[in-house]
Amino acid sequence: MKALFSLVAVVILILLAWFGSGSSGGAYLFGVILPYAAITLFVLGVVYRVLKWARSPVPFRIPTSCGQQKSLPWIKNSNLDNPHSLVGVVARMALEVLCFRSLFRNTKAEVKDGPRLVYGSDKFLWLGALAFHWSFLIILLRHYRFFTEPVPGFIMGIESLDGLMQIGVPPLLITNIAVTGALLYLWARRFTNPQVRIISLIADHFPLVLLLGVVTSGVCMRYFFKVDLPAVKQLAMGLISLNPVVPAGIGSIFFIHLFLVSVLLAYFPASKLMHMAGIFLSPTRNLANSNRRVRHINPWNYPVKVHTYEEYEDEFRDVMKAAGLPVEKE
Amino acid sequence: MAEETPKPEELARVDLKPPKSDWMDPTVEFRKGTWNYTAVPDTQKYLDLPAAPKWAPTDDDWPLPENWQEIILTGMKERLDKYRSFRIFMDICVRCGACADKCHFFIGSGDPKNMPVLRAELLRSVYRHDFTTAGKILGKLAGGRKLTVGVLKEWFYYFFQCTECRRCSVFCPYGIDTAEITMFARELLSLIGLGIEWICTPLSNCFRTGNHLGIQPHGFKDSIEFAVDELEEITGIRVDAPINKKGAEILFVAPSADYFASPHYYTLLGYLALFHEIGLDYTWSTYASEGGNFGLFHSHEMIKRLNAKIYAEAKRLGVKWILGGECGHMWRVMHQYMDTMNGPADFLEVPKSPITGTVFENAASTKMTHICEFTADLLKNEKIKLDPSRNDHWISTFHDSCNPSRALGLLEEPRYCIKRACNNFYEMPENTIREQTFCCGSGAGLGTDENMEMRLRGGLPRANAVKYVHEKHDVNVLLCICAIDKATLPPLLEYWVPGVEVAGVHEMVGNALIMEGATKRTTDLRGQPLKGMEDTEDV
Amino acid sequence: MYDAGKIIVGLVIFLLLITAPVWYNAASGQASYAPHLEIVTDAKACVAPTDYMRTSHMELLNTWRDEVVRHGEREYTAFDGTVYEKSLSNTCMGCHSNKAEFCDRCHDYMAVGRPYCWDCHVEPKGGSQ
Repeated sequence: MKALFSLVAVVILILLAWFGSGSSGGAYLFGVILPYAAITLFVLGVVYRVLKWARSPVPFRIPTSCGQQKSLPWIKNSNLDNPHSLVGVVARMALEVLCFRSLFRNTKAEVKDGPRLVYGSDKFLWLGALAFHWSFLIILLRHYRFFTEPVPGFIMGIESLDGLMQIGVPPLLITNIAVTGALLYLWARRFTNPQVRIISLIADHFPLVLLLGVVTSGVCMRYFFKVDLPAVKQLAMGLISLNPVVPAGIGSIFFIHLFLVSVLLAYFPASKLMHMAGIFLSPTRNLANSNRRVRHINPWNYPVKVHTYEEYEDEFRDVMKAAGLPVEKE
Repeated sequence: MAEETPKPEELARVDLKPPKSDWMDPTVEFRKGTWNYTAVPDTQKYLDLPAAPKWAPTDDDWPLPENWQEIILTGMKERLDKYRSFRIFMDICVRCGACADKCHFFIGSGDPKNMPVLRAELLRSVYRHDFTTAGKILGKLAGGRKLTVGVLKEWFYYFFQCTECRRCSVFCPYGIDTAEITMFARELLSLIGLGIEWICTPLSNCFRTGNHLGIQPHGFKDSIEFAVDELEEITGIRVDAPINKKGAEILFVAPSADYFASPHYYTLLGYLALFHEIGLDYTWSTYASEGGNFGLFHSHEMIKRLNAKIYAEAKRLGVKWILGGECGHMWRVMHQYMDTMNGPADFLEVPKSPITGTVFENAASTKMTHICEFTADLLKNEKIKLDPSRNDHWISTFHDSCNPSRALGLLEEPRYCIKRACNNFYEMPENTIREQTFCCGSGAGLGTDENMEMRLRGGLPRANAVKYVHEKHDVNVLLCICAIDKATLPPLLEYWVPGVEVAGVHEMVGNALIMEGATKRTTDLRGQPLKGMEDTEDV
Repeated sequence: MYDAGKIIVGLVIFLLLITAPVWYNAASGQASYAPHLEIVTDAKACVAPTDYMRTSHMELLNTWRDEVVRHGEREYTAFDGTVYEKSLSNTCMGCHSNKAEFCDRCHDYMAVGRPYCWDCHVEPKGGSQ
């Protein structure tokens, strides 16, 4: 149901762009107004969400330690999994953000007869996630050729590396295959894995279908329904230099692609996709385990009602004296 | 153990494949053996906490204040503004499912709402409904759920089926920590007076008498003196165990079970023997007679209220620094909360071992050192002599307790002590130890008899790993550094792996410790004959 | 602990990355550049309609290359019935004679790396024939 809902939603979006961009003024709406609105929502939305997080303090230092602490000098500290210093935290975060280190630990538990519990290594989720995120990043960077003039050398370098296999014209790009495969895998496991199936919400299916829409429309545009790329670049360059023009004759597949990207951008800040920013603020990962060495300050620390020693002794003075325990007041 | 507890073979028939159904309609069945008795209202009132009149979760109508939804939602708002962890963890979960089969309760029960992600979603769905724009407009379509009595019942059932062990947080790509979420959920429940007896009674005991068990000062003294007598019987040495002694160098704080429960007690004998042998100038305290802190299982405010006595007593007694015994959640509080909540401890000095001169720089601010750190340092510097053959009747393995491993990373210190004190030591499989260790299944206030079925289920992964080394290496003792472990692992192992005992690390140290002027040891601290001494009767 | 400073730095980096092309183009001053293509010819039509050639010339050239080199088929009947020789040097470059001012302008603009036409074909010398 949830998957179907998401699929229908994305199909409707595609149809909207398809027919909408062909109508009079449609190209301007889908080529200029909506992209501007989307990027504005994206930037302001992300900043708003991050500032909202930032307004809540981190009252306690609660890192999850995943390795040996730094204590005695002769015991080797695991600074990557249980960092004691800023350098360690930066390294831990870098591994987390760039390599998905925690996900790499993933195992699959099974209860067999006996009972016997077995934990198998399960790296597929890690691989799929890594393939998707890295491909998507490279694809995003590749698109900078539409937004820069002259195109910087490293952008061209990325593209030629991506097309290293030299299959077909225009060359098949590794990331296009990887991102499609990864997205299909990530979506498929939401049906095939019963544990993931039950937890999946529309908010989980929709972004995947939307991304599949973005990727598929992009791939179709590159290989099957080719568009006038210099015209597309004129449009893109116009957009970012705040001097928008819509050159005539760009195929509707382009507007479908652009509209889906616009929806993605606008949807981003309101969704779980904010994990992109949130991971940097996760207090179980971004804090050094220096708890007993350096005092952490809680800005709203307030006095609480405690049971003082005086009150305690007042209640128990007689039995304490009878037991020969020293007391403050006789 | 409860009569009606099913046989291990039946209990272990767990299906980890949830049904295809939707979880959003709140359903919860309070099945006997899987929930805890509710708080006695007087204990909550003693602590000035909201108290629901006497009730049971199985009641159809729960005694809720008229505006209970408003109280909870206001409480949520307040906590969202005070804790970034709460906001972040509500917002960024992508439901990838990596945490799903990492929870011991899910592995042992197969109940999908025991998957950490779904447990969190119970709260997150309400967050979405009332605190996000999409949820306010789209409701269920955006994964939002209205806070109904049904949802509340789910909260009560499932947030008291989480032991705050943080194993899921190790595997989460964003470090989402269900312990945090459970802590907030329990705080919210306590705002409308809903709590469980095994948390609220120890809380009020601890507030009044200084320890969870409610032992009064003279009872404390009796216990310690009884232990001194017993140690004398075994070693021939009468040790000094000062209590409330002003001007001592070190305040020693241990979980109260250490001086009142078994097998904790043998660890206490180990401490006493060790402190005597190195001539430590230390004191016990009757006021700070509890290292543990059930506040951690109730609310941040209760952590602080109970923890305040530690520094206060250190100051009153004029000690230089604090040494802490074997306890798991106690050490999460001491390590991650105490200094922030009740510090700065500027009246104390940076812990320095009077025996080796080692300065514990890692405790420079909090001024409290873990006994395993302390003992490992003694051993490394060869300041005490051990005869590991005295532990030859034990074939040991080590259970990393949740909090020391995932809140501190205290992994090697206890292992060093064990390997010096025992000749026979085998690790359990790597997916079940260190940062991936499995909970005993009874932590965070859930270690009650009425909750036995759930405890046995939650403890299955741990017990199964013990079974592995028991069968492979004849392991007959599971060592640990946690008082809740020592209390709850014995029935767990008796059920799943009969023939394996539970003991503290310092029991092994105490067994092996060569004490000057002692009589020849024929028994261990439990009074069991040492290997090769089985024939020697009553020495 | 708020770590406001670190969060602000993070947001600034985010904004800089997002807007990087804006600053880049402002610095390069090339934002409004559009490639102008030099065509030297009296011919009225190409081998295919202009729209098709703009989007898909690479496919046509690739097909020609395969058909000529692998199958020896050298004749191409265009959409209007005209028969052309399938030849980059003789047919295409008859009108589009200058690689630098025709091919490269768009290819540079679109950052199309290095088409492998010129792996075999000799690039014509000089600005015109």
